[in-house]
Amino acid sequence: MLVFKCPYCGIEADETELSPGGEAHLKRFGPGSSDEELEGYLFNRENPKGVHFERWRHVYGCGKWFHAARCTATLEVFGTYSAQTFGPPKEIIDIIKSKRPGWKWRNLG
Amino acid sequence: MKRYSVFAVAREALRYHQGWGRAWKSPEPKKKYDAIIIGAGGHGLATAYYLGKNHGLKNVAILEKGWLGGGNTGRNTTIIRSNYLQDASAAIYEKARSLYETMSQDLNYNVMFSPRGVMMLAQTQHEIRGYKRTAQANALQGVSTEFISPEKVKSLVPIINIDGPRYPVLGALWQSRGGTARHDAVAWGYARACSDMGMDIIQQCEVTGIRHKNGQVQGVETSKGPIDCQKLGIVVAGHTGVLADMAGFRMPVEAVALQALVSEPIKPCMDVVVMANTVHGYMSQSDKGEMVIGGGADGFNNYTQRGSFHHVEETVRALIETFPIISRLKMLRWWGGIVDMTGDRSPILSKTPVGNIFINCGWGTGGFKAIPGSGWAMAELMAKGHSSLTEEFSLNRFKEGKFIDESVAAGVAH
Repeated sequence: MLVFKCPYCGIEADETELSPGGEAHLKRFGPGSSDEELEGYLFNRENPKGVHFERWRHVYGCGKWFHAARCTATLEVFGTYSAQTFGPPKEIIDIIKSKRPGWKWRNLG
Repeated sequence: MKRYSVFAVAREALRYHQGWGRAWKSPEPKKKYDAIIIGAGGHGLATAYYLGKNHGLKNVAILEKGWLGGGNTGRNTTIIRSNYLQDASAAIYEKARSLYETMSQDLNYNVMFSPRGVMMLAQTQHEIRGYKRTAQANALQGVSTEFISPEKVKSLVPIINIDGPRYPVLGALWQSRGGTARHDAVAWGYARACSDMGMDIIQQCEVTGIRHKNGQVQGVETSKGPIDCQKLGIVVAGHTGVLADMAGFRMPVEAVALQALVSEPIKPCMDVVVMANTVHGYMSQSDKGEMVIGGGADGFNNYTQRGSFHHVEETVRALIETFPIISRLKMLRWWGGIVDMTGDRSPILSKTPVGNIFINCGWGTGGFKAIPGSGWAMAELMAKGHSSLTEEFSLNRFKEGKFIDESVAAGVAH
């Protein structure tokens, strides 16, 4: 079972206490954007086999949304961080790089 | 290929069964093929089979990272049905179901297709309305289904408790020609037939890169060296995202784990497939006597082919209310498969942004039932560039908003 530390209430929460919210840091597109941009935002997903940034909600706890970095191939959790950010913070990237030497993804790493 | 028949069994019985040959060859890859299929699961092998059988394209290699049929083909609950709401889905799933009826004869391989009937329980007023609507739609689509009463349910499934306190059985959508088949035999039968046509099934051969130039595919890099091809079919279910990334495009697909379990074997007690979608569980009894139980998928990206205890608990807890008889059974085996989920829960059979790369994915939680129809349609798409069965399942439907929305329509657990 996955265990995440909620960055808001500080509790080590089991997967059953949380609700998954899909890929993190999506750039949102609305009216006026192109078909491709809208399709990419609504449907296309990174879906990597490895490091993945995602949204979770501490639904049976404080109720807050937060971000997590997790490996989809091993289920290892690298860390959690605040929802009020457009990308993973440096300390999370450093943890991932120390555990996955040579890791690169899109414009990160 | 030596044909399997009653005479072959008798002949081998007289010589201590020493004359059975290998069912398929395990060759080393050639430098170049007309077409390469990535993924030797049911869908990949069926695609290759119909490329050869229907379109005469036999210089084909099927590349498999692990072993033949070792992915989701070996990890499902073997249910076959075609009671979908949308016309495009009904067409391809009904094509598949009808091909299952003659598959054993067609492949000369016993896939143990058992048209025992599939029942989807209606346990809320909403489900009654939904299934009555599906039955009407199916009648128009030429798919034989009917909405049956709780009494009929009880007579077909004597072990069911139709008076459950929370979710009583209020009726069911019944497809009498649905059923189950032996999942491994489907892969093995297609593999044997493909090998017999001269196709190369190359196992333990992982694709590590896809070469393309000026928007046209040239070949693949593999753990057994580079192989050139004119056409490439990607049929890899859960690993679709990984392969699409190699080819340089993105897909509207996410990989999640779906799990199932079987109980210890017991005497025959249920001869139909029962799906209970409101409480989220489905069950059938295998020929060995095990109760085969499936539940819902995880809600997060996962490539581990592992299940989780709380999902098992959730599924079994739900089924025990409807089937009190199973409450003391022990769990025998438990497994997870990586399924590829699309936004509208319908598959993608399509051309891709790279010329002559075709993709067949997104079958999500319901791929096994579609194997022959999917292979038939994908082969036509690869050979001719278009197919009436795949037209509406193209990648463009997301951009154009023309979804085949089975996530709310099929009334099935997703």
